[in-house]
Amino acid sequence: MQMTRRTTLATLAFALMCSTAFAADDTIKIGVNQPLTGAFAASGTYVANGAKIAADEINAKGGVLGKKIELVIEDNKSNPTEAAAVAEKLITSDKVPVMMGAWGSSLTLATMPKLEEYSVPMLVETSSSGKITTSGNPHVFRISPPSSLEAEAFAPLASKLGVKKVDFLVINNDWGRGAAADFSKMLKAKGIEVGLVETMDASSQDMSAQLAKLKASDADTIMITAAVDQLTLLFKQMAALGLKKRIITTGGSQNPDQIIAQAGPTANGTMHIVTFAPWWPEKSTNPQAAEYFIGEWKKRGYDFAGTTESFRGYDGIRTIAAAITAGGGTDPAAIEKGFWAVNIMGLNGPIAFKKTGPEGKESGQSKPEVYLIEITDGKIAPVKF
Amino acid sequence: MDQFLQHLVNASVLGGTYALLGIGLTLIFGIMNVVNFTHGAIYTFGAYAMYLAAVALGLNFFVALPVALVAGLAMGALIEFALLRPLRRSDIDTTMLVMIGAGIILQSGTLWIFGGVAKAVPTPFPDAPLVIGPVSVSYVRLFVFCAALALIALTYFTINGTRLGRAMRATFQDHDTAALMGVNVSLIYTATFAIGSALAAAAGALLGPVYVVFPQMGDLAAVKAFAIVILGGLGSISGATIGGFILAFAEEIGAGYISSGYRDAMGFLIIIAVLLVKPTGLFARAERIG
Repeated sequence: MQMTRRTTLATLAFALMCSTAFAADDTIKIGVNQPLTGAFAASGTYVANGAKIAADEINAKGGVLGKKIELVIEDNKSNPTEAAAVAEKLITSDKVPVMMGAWGSSLTLATMPKLEEYSVPMLVETSSSGKITTSGNPHVFRISPPSSLEAEAFAPLASKLGVKKVDFLVINNDWGRGAAADFSKMLKAKGIEVGLVETMDASSQDMSAQLAKLKASDADTIMITAAVDQLTLLFKQMAALGLKKRIITTGGSQNPDQIIAQAGPTANGTMHIVTFAPWWPEKSTNPQAAEYFIGEWKKRGYDFAGTTESFRGYDGIRTIAAAITAGGGTDPAAIEKGFWAVNIMGLNGPIAFKKTGPEGKESGQSKPEVYLIEITDGKIAPVKF
Repeated sequence: MDQFLQHLVNASVLGGTYALLGIGLTLIFGIMNVVNFTHGAIYTFGAYAMYLAAVALGLNFFVALPVALVAGLAMGALIEFALLRPLRRSDIDTTMLVMIGAGIILQSGTLWIFGGVAKAVPTPFPDAPLVIGPVSVSYVRLFVFCAALALIALTYFTINGTRLGRAMRATFQDHDTAALMGVNVSLIYTATFAIGSALAAAAGALLGPVYVVFPQMGDLAAVKAFAIVILGGLGSISGATIGGFILAFAEEIGAGYISSGYRDAMGFLIIIAVLLVKPTGLFARAERIG
């Protein structure tokens, strides 16, 4: 039989189909949607590197369901529109059955309609806006604390610290405004006065106008919600304005070691609500895993400052692997079912999902630990009372 | 009142660097008729040059600054020589596209070399601020303000008081006639682009130590530079200087008394207002620069 051009093409296409089908059979793809450039580049890169450590560890132990896992990491450029586009690309082009993302609350919220559109589950590793798990999206599973949980954990400490009146300075997005709302609610319930709520753009570098206003206020404490780069600037600019008040930051994206390195002595006396304490791995809820993770992080030559952020990527991928195992399949529906059965020990407490949000389409929320630390003389210490 | 004085001081300090950014851009547009989309990237380049000189090479802060400025000058000359010179006869759209491309390459290159994590540049100034009555200002910002004013004055002098400046002004008025009178127009173009770029790099090198240095820092700076140039009138150096200060005051007062969330929008609100009332900008493009 003479082979025509058409049959050659058909054979080629068939061979290609076989090879991609074979590849899909061989590995389980996990989409990772993180801000690798833009305002949150530092944080997103840390999370992606933490995810790689988990993937390598899992694959070294033989993978999941007898298959290796493969991370498909995409950059959402710290931009909600891009985050949604990345989710769509991961689902339709890379055919990932499960994703992790998308760091910031606004980024995560932007991808959520895509999860409903394609019925693909997503593990949320960092975002803390309450809306993520209360808006009735059954494909969302969150391991980071919503700001209401942070506020709840902080509540007993507020009176111990003697906080009387609080002003807020928050990043002007779902994360910052959500944190201001949840913490205000908690503080008011405790009879603590809430004053100004100042906002700043995610890409703003000069916050001296907001700080001048906060300096003139009679509040004794300023609660700040922002990522590490902006915090560094804020502490320097506060020192420049001679603003001396109790500072408490929320959100768990502070990377205190980076703050010390870049803001120097201006960071002294600041307090930070964090969700992982890599300085004392032996005291963590899972010391062995924490020590392994920190050791591996250092071995790869990454900056130690990133561990408070990157542990989320590590825990996130391990949770996804557990969900795939529990679900017993590699299709989105099986993995989604598997998430509800996850029960592992994360670096920051047990990970298991409770139903939250409107009945019938609940999202999953795990309850991690929250710590309050203080920077004193360029060192990190637990807050003493 | 105390708060207002503090806002006033903050705005003046910020205005100096805004003016620097605006002058660099307006100079290039005025003389070369090129919309310089690499301006923000060169601002970032200046900041990284400062970081390299001060941190990697360990140079003294005050030595690192001129190094960054010269690096910006060289980068500007290189871009003009390699990209703009071959495109001199092509239309403005082509030039614009090439410049957008060059800006993206510069930014992505920075990201590729240095990574996305922000860098801090140490300064020799004390952290404690200078306090005068109710107002406090950090020494580094005070220095940045003075350095910006000095550079603005130097630019004025270069354009109005030197042979090079006279040739630049002649080229601005009529480059054909200037060429006939013996002005080396090609050289003037290179010099203009290099000086404009050096001013952007200087702004980056001055603000890098005040803030932090990261690859996308130029994006917002470029938008502001364009806003200042539109506000002040295209091609007008005094317009850009005053425009820079107006933008800084609008942002600071807007953020302090109206809404801090819309700080970066305040400036643009003013620009829209100016364009509605006086579409050529506050200082309409003069027939001559300087």
